Order: sequence, then C-alpha cells, then structure tokens
Amino acid sequence: MFAFVVRRITQALFVMLIISLVGFSIKNKIGDPIRDLVGERVTPAERELLRDKLGLNDPFVTQYLRFAKNAVQGDLGVSFFHKKPALAVIAAKAPATLELVFGAALIIIFISLPIGVFSAIYPRSAFSRFTMAFSTLGVSVPVFLTAIVLIYIFSVELNWLPSYGRGETVSLGGWDSGLFTVDGIMHLILPCFSLASIMLPLFIRLIRSEMMEVLETEYIKFAWAKGLHRKRIWFIHAFKNTLLPVITVFGVQIGIMFAFTILTETVFQWQGMGFMFLEAVERSDISLLVAYLMVVGAVFVVVNTVVDIIYGLVNPTIRIAGRK
Amino acid sequence: MKRTWRRFKASYLLFSFKQDKTAIFSLAVLLVLLVTGLLAPVFSPYDPYDPANIDIMNSELPPSWTENGEAAFLLGTDIQGRDLLSTMIYGLRLSILIGCGAVILQGCLGVVVGLLAGYLGGKIDAVLMRIADIQLSFPYLMVAIFISAIFQLAFGIGRYEDLAVPLLIVIIGLAEWPVYARTVRAAVMGEKNKEYVEAARVIGLNRWRIMFRHVLPNTMTSVLVISTIQVANAVMSEAALSFLGLGMPVTKPSLGSLIRSGFEYIFSGSWWITLFPGIFLVLLVLVINLLGDWLRDVLNPKLYKG
Repeated sequence: MFAFVVRRITQALFVMLIISLVGFSIKNKIGDPIRDLVGERVTPAERELLRDKLGLNDPFVTQYLRFAKNAVQGDLGVSFFHKKPALAVIAAKAPATLELVFGAALIIIFISLPIGVFSAIYPRSAFSRFTMAFSTLGVSVPVFLTAIVLIYIFSVELNWLPSYGRGETVSLGGWDSGLFTVDGIMHLILPCFSLASIMLPLFIRLIRSEMMEVLETEYIKFAWAKGLHRKRIWFIHAFKNTLLPVITVFGVQIGIMFAFTILTETVFQWQGMGFMFLEAVERSDISLLVAYLMVVGAVFVVVNTVVDIIYGLVNPTIRIAGRK
Repeated sequence: MKRTWRRFKASYLLFSFKQDKTAIFSLAVLLVLLVTGLLAPVFSPYDPYDPANIDIMNSELPPSWTENGEAAFLLGTDIQGRDLLSTMIYGLRLSILIGCGAVILQGCLGVVVGLLAGYLGGKIDAVLMRIADIQLSFPYLMVAIFISAIFQLAFGIGRYEDLAVPLLIVIIGLAEWPVYARTVRAAVMGEKNKEYVEAARVIGLNRWRIMFRHVLPNTMTSVLVISTIQVANAVMSEAALSFLGLGMPVTKPSLGSLIRSGFEYIFSGSWWITLFPGIFLVLLVLVINLLGDWLRDVLNPKLYKG
C-alpha cells in the first residue's frame, strides 16, 4: 500500500511538472512581461535594460526554475489587467464557481435518484419510457442552448427569475456567498439547473441500469422469497448496492462539470473562474491565463490522486493491477 | 465490388438496420442534413457570404409566418440582415466539415498510437499510454478550450479567424485523440495473441505489415462505433468553442457562433436567431447519437470503459 501511494504521488508530481512546463512556455513564448509593466513612452533601449534586470534574457531553464520556485511558493505572477497577484484574483472568483457546481450537484442528486430508481422498479411504465426518450434527447442538447432557452422562458417571457449575475452576496471571511440571501438563491436557480442538465440524463440512465442489474441478483430474489416487504427490498437492500458505482462516477463527473462551468458562466455573466478565464483570453492577460491553467491543473491532479488512493484502499486489486 | 455488395446485403448489420425504425429514421434525417449541408450553395436561397445579398435594413426580421415577417426570408434574418435559413445551411456545412475533419485527425493519431502501444508493448506502451492517461484525466472540453485560447493568443485574433476551420480541426483533434488510442490499444491487446497473428509471425512477415494489414482491420469494429459518437462530440465541441468566441467568427458563422450572436439579441425578443440554429444543431447531434447507440448495440464490441 505504501509503495502504491508513493508511486501515485510521484506520478502526480510528474504531471504537475508537465503542466508547469506548458504554462511557462506559454508565458515565455507568447506573453511579454515588459508590456505588462511599462507604458508606451519607454524606449527600446530602456526596455532591453529592464529585460536584463528582470532576468528575461536568461536561458530557458534558469527562467523556468525561477518560475517553478515562485509557483511552489504560491506566486503565479501578476495579472496585467487587474494589477493584483493572479492567484488572489482567482481565489476571489472561486466561490462563485464552487457554489454553482455545488448547487448543480444537489439538483442532480435530488432529481436523478428518485427518477432513476423509479424507472428501474417500473421499467415498463409510461413515465419511465418518457424519461428514457427524454434523456437521449438531453445528451444531444448543448448546455448553452439549455441555458438560453431557460433564460428566454423564465426571465424574458415569464419574468420570474433573474438572468444574469450573482445578485446579493454575503461575505463570510473572504468567501462571497450567494447561498444565504433570497436574492442570491434566486440568481443561482437558472445557472444551476442548466449546469445540472448536462449530467442529469447520464445519471438517470446510470442509476436505472445499475439498479435493474442489482434487482436481478440472487440475494434480491432470496429477499423476495423470504417475504420481506417490497419497500424494504427496493430501498434498503437493492438501493445500497446501486449507490456504490454511482458514487464513483459522480466523483469523476464533478470534475467534468468544472469544464462546463465556463459555458454556463458565459451565458449567465456569472462572475466565476470560467468567466474570468474568458475575459483573460479576450484581454490577452497571459499571467492570469497561465495562473488559471496551473490552478485548474493542480485541482484536477490532486482530486484524481486522492480518488485513486482511496480506491486503492477500498479495492486492493487496483494496487496490484497498477504494478504489472 | 459486386461481391462486397452481396456480402453486405446478406449481413447481420443490414438485417438489424431494417428492423430498427429509429435507426432508419435517424439515417434518413442524417442523410438529408449531410446533403443539404454539403450542397449548401444549391439549397440555400441566398449566399450569406456575398455582401451584395446583405442589407442592414433587413436585420432582425422575424420568420415569414409571423406578423412582421417577409416572405423572402422564410426563417427571418439575423442581426446583420442575412437570410437566417441560408446562413444556417452554410453553418451546418461548417459544423459537419469541422466535426468530420476533427474525427479523421484524432482517429489517425489515436489509431497509430493505440496500435503501436498495444502491439509493441513495453516502454513505448508505457510512455504513450501515460500521456493518454494524463490527458484523459482532464475533461476534453477543457483541453479544447485551453488549446484554442492559446492558439488565439499565439496567432492573434485576426489570423485565428482567417484560419479558424483548420485550427478548429486541429484543436478538437488534439483534445480527443486519447479516446481512440485507448480503445484501439485495448482491441489490439485482445487480438495480438490470437493464432492468425502467430501464423503471420511464423511465416516471417515483418511487424509493421502484421500491425497494419492483419491486426488493424480487426480493431475496426470498435473504431467504427466510437467514431460515430466522436463525430457528435466534435460537433458539440465546435459549437461550444464557437459559442465562447473561440471558434468560427461571425462573418463565417457555424451553428455555434450563430447561437452566440443570437443570444445577444434574445432579450429584445429576437428568439429565432438562437432557436433555429439550436434546433439544427440538436437534430444533427441527436441523429448521430442515435445511430451510434444502434451501431454499438448491433456490433457490440468490447469497448474500453473510461
């Protein structure tokens, strides 16, 4: 087990090394830190002097090592547009994105579980067939289209819900939260539903097929034979074993949802990390862009590593299979 | 040729196709969309790229059956005064072109990598699959967004927009090749210890010939199945990138960029600029997905599950 953890962590460090190399190459080849620092009046000679002083004429490796050292210490450069450390800009935007993902995750859990379980128990009912057909359609609808249609129905036509921004937020020790005001919750509803809409079809299908598989097993047949109450069989015996694979997939899909937040945030002008990233691209704010790349990369690497290690703890075959 | 045709006519594939109404319907719709898209100049009422056809006075006209609509523009016009139907058909062509191009690129890349990794094994396998694993641990949409952002900064927005079609093919191709690599590798691992490969080795064929002439054709079932789904994915990715402003420019809009430009005007009630391209896009992706599902059920290869 110890060897497995060590190997997995080495691998994670290696991936971070590659990500930082990519990030640094972008910064080195595309960005121009001098432009970020000085105005138009500065002559080329003075610029050259500044380049020397800042060490921008050093060899690639020296510069990379400096970049990596700063990055480890939490310094990912200064955003050209915001005139603040890039990491601070990202940290200020992170709560919005996290709340969006959290809200969407709640919606997915509370909608897909009942529907999935119901359509597994009664696969032939009209409702189950309808959801199955609907979920095939759902996979083919891009998230931004769902979002636009929701905005058109609920904001433009019915005027029930706000269509952009986060509304009123409460500051909780640096964490701007929209979860504690009515206005904030109202603003969360549409973005969260749109974000959830991409994963809902997948989860309904997954829960349904897992549950149907479990209902076919011997121990469920035995429970029927024993004369247990059907609710006990469905919701206690079968449901528990359905959940295991579902939780696994859920962990992976949360990560994928982060990619889709970029789309959702664009539609709703949601002041989160994804929106900030696109603004950085439009403004050619390379420091911020590279910082975003590094932060998101690090988050994915850490999450993947932790998940893998937990897997290894739960399921020893993975430890052995990985070794070959 | 004739023999192939006869074999196809007697095949299980065609038999089960005829049984499945959804598959027949999907294929019909897909063919209609493909023909309309590829022969866009023939089918569209106007040429949306020709400035002579664009009159700003015609902008934001609603569809012809509504109150203010004009009979000349069946589905209304967009914000620049282009006929929406024509623009959509040209956009459909771009989406299909980019989708198929990206799948061909990622297919070639992924198949070669998967074949080498699976057949040769050892160090090559470890290195190639590690790269694929690393990339797969990030969502492909995120990878595509990153690559396109970097390309846009590196080329500058003007040149990026000029080169948008080949660049998008490269971006989406690069973002999704690991799926192919893993699938092909898994299939090759299953094939390479079979007797026919052994036999080919015994008669002294060199390994490249064995790989590409003997093993590769036997992995094509899984490649075919994921290809359909990957085309749908690539079309979706293209639409998403264009929607974010990282794809096709408004002057040469794909379906995604049309939705994007329509979205800015939805608050003033111009729903048609968003809705019709949206329906087109969903229809295209839906029928490809339905065909993909059907193909997977029929051919039933042992796919890599990731």
